[in-house]
Amino acid sequence: MLEAQNLAARRGFAELFKDVGFRVKSGGALVVTGPNGTGKTTLLRMLAGLSAPAAGEIRWNGRRIEPFSAELRAVVAYAGHLPALKDELTAEENLVSLVELSGTSAPRADIDRALDSVALSHRRSLPSRVLSAGQRRRIGLARLLVSRRPLWILDEPVTALDAAGAALLARLVHDHLDRGGIVVAATHQSLGLEPSRVQSLVLGETVPA
Amino acid sequence: MSLNWFKLSSPASFYPVAGTLIPWFAWGAAILTAIGLWLGFAVAPTDFQQGEVYRIIFIHVPSAWLSMFLYVVMAFWGALALGFGTRLSGMMAQAIAPTGALMTFIALWTGALWGRPTWGTYWAWDARMTSELILLFLYLGIIALRQAIGDPRRADRACAVLSIVGVVNIPIIYFSVKWWNTLHQGASVKLTGTSMETTMLTGMLVMSFAFWFYSIAVVLARLRAIVLERERDAAWVRALPAVRAHAGVLR
Amino acid sequence: MSAPAPSTATALAPVPSDGVLAGVRWALARDLKLAFRSRAELGVQLLFYVIVVTLFPLATTPERNLLSTMGPGVLWVAALLASLLSLPRLFATDHADGTLEQIALSPYALEALVSGKIAAHWLTTGLPVVLLAPMLGLQYYMDGESLTVLAAGLLMGTPILSLLGAIGAALTLGLKGGGGLLALLILPLYVPVLIFGAGAVDAVRAGLGATANLSLLGAGFALAVVGAPFAAAAAVRIALD
Repeated sequence: MLEAQNLAARRGFAELFKDVGFRVKSGGALVVTGPNGTGKTTLLRMLAGLSAPAAGEIRWNGRRIEPFSAELRAVVAYAGHLPALKDELTAEENLVSLVELSGTSAPRADIDRALDSVALSHRRSLPSRVLSAGQRRRIGLARLLVSRRPLWILDEPVTALDAAGAALLARLVHDHLDRGGIVVAATHQSLGLEPSRVQSLVLGETVPA
Repeated sequence: MSLNWFKLSSPASFYPVAGTLIPWFAWGAAILTAIGLWLGFAVAPTDFQQGEVYRIIFIHVPSAWLSMFLYVVMAFWGALALGFGTRLSGMMAQAIAPTGALMTFIALWTGALWGRPTWGTYWAWDARMTSELILLFLYLGIIALRQAIGDPRRADRACAVLSIVGVVNIPIIYFSVKWWNTLHQGASVKLTGTSMETTMLTGMLVMSFAFWFYSIAVVLARLRAIVLERERDAAWVRALPAVRAHAGVLR
Repeated sequence: MSAPAPSTATALAPVPSDGVLAGVRWALARDLKLAFRSRAELGVQLLFYVIVVTLFPLATTPERNLLSTMGPGVLWVAALLASLLSLPRLFATDHADGTLEQIALSPYALEALVSGKIAAHWLTTGLPVVLLAPMLGLQYYMDGESLTVLAAGLLMGTPILSLLGAIGAALTLGLKGGGGLLALLILPLYVPVLIFGAGAVDAVRAGLGATANLSLLGAGFALAVVGAPFAAAAAVRIALD
């Protein structure tokens, strides 16, 4: 379970948001929306443990989370704006590298299956610099699939994905929630989830905790 | 009067305290400087070997001591900023750096002026002067890093890491240069013979305190400016009479 | 085109961090692979070293004794300059494509991952210098004994350079004037290495033996190996905040 209380963020001297709070249980999703510049990325980065909030606290399973805390690093999979791929490595190598970085072993079978699922099997041995933006994003989806982390934090995950890619993402999120995982996503597009599972957080207006 | 130290640790509470402290230290510095200079230039006897020129040590040595002392203090406040994340600690470290650099510069400059008549050259690669020069580079690096980083919080923490790494390195630098210097049989600085005259020592100590008081006064004044700048959106800053008088001009 | 349904992965569970060596190995292997695929860049750095070392006699004097005296210093300073060329890229490329965030969020200790990157950096920039320097030292009329001491010193000094440089690179991540600022920050810290390294050669020539200098370098190396990864990891976290 992921909770936040009274979160506030500043950028330089300006206040981005304050008094943000929520509680998401296993199997639930939090969708963050709001106009540009209201701090969606900042909030997601805080939840991933990359930066400290200006005020408030974040708790995972009841325990308070500091930035870069080992507990959070063991459970989180963060997908930011940038796909985190090295141009010089092939799609397959990038996937293996990211999976191993998250501490999970990457047996060949799992990798094959994952690449298959995101429809990149035929491009697996190409250097990533020749892949399209959508294809790069799919490698990120494959990584989510293989590394099996409970908490997914996705910043604009639908960017650059075509319709099939978006459908794939929706399916992945759905299955993840079914397994008891948690998803926090900043997105404008509907992920096709049942409303009972989804909480909404809109930045840019005061939100009751 | 009981001081609640934690209450003082916010910029808002420390700002007025600093304001009241500054005049004391400033006057103290002025008086001590007067006494020290009098001791140094009027009372202390002429040196056996170096004549009148040696008197520059009354400025050179205190500034050198302060340059090293201030660096350690700056690193200390940096460590607090890193460990506890308190804004005031970071602001303190930020306020100290320029004065520390100034002291280093004065030490080097007076050292060169002393060197010319004593060794025949403005610069010699002796252990102390070379380490002092590197200390200046360390200070300048910290100041440059702070300038380069826009976000004050990141700047506080980055400069703290750098100062701490530097602090560890300072004794190593001094030792290595000394080693190198003895190997190269370079010109070595001798202060004054083997025993220093009491008046000379007293004069130097008094001047050291004078420089210390000056540094405190100046650092506190700079700290107040930094506090105002970094806390400019806080309600208490906006409520200050001087700020209110100018409100509307800059908006 | 419909993709097949994604496989159901096994139960979700948090992953314990697997120990220091695994982290070091991941970073080392990846960075070496990446460096190897950009071989041309590495070649350029080495070439830079050779050129700088060759420039000094051209700019100063071909006179044997003077060159011989200058030699160790020039070779050490040039090693520093060559390293400064590549240090900004230690974290900057990862930062630019988002990989650095993933690295910082990995269950492996960031200190271990950073150590792996530093090791890869040394293997690709420091070690070639160590191997090349003795050959270049011949240009400076240095004898066998001097060259051996030079190489031994560089063997310890170049890793220290990578270690200190990593701290500087992390502190200056994403800043304007990065390369120059990086140099300004680490040059003062590097001075003892320079003094002991070049001094070792001088000592051996003066008949004093290089043991003292080299052991001090060794001590510096030990200190840097233990301390620098922590400072660099802290600096990376600060830069990502």
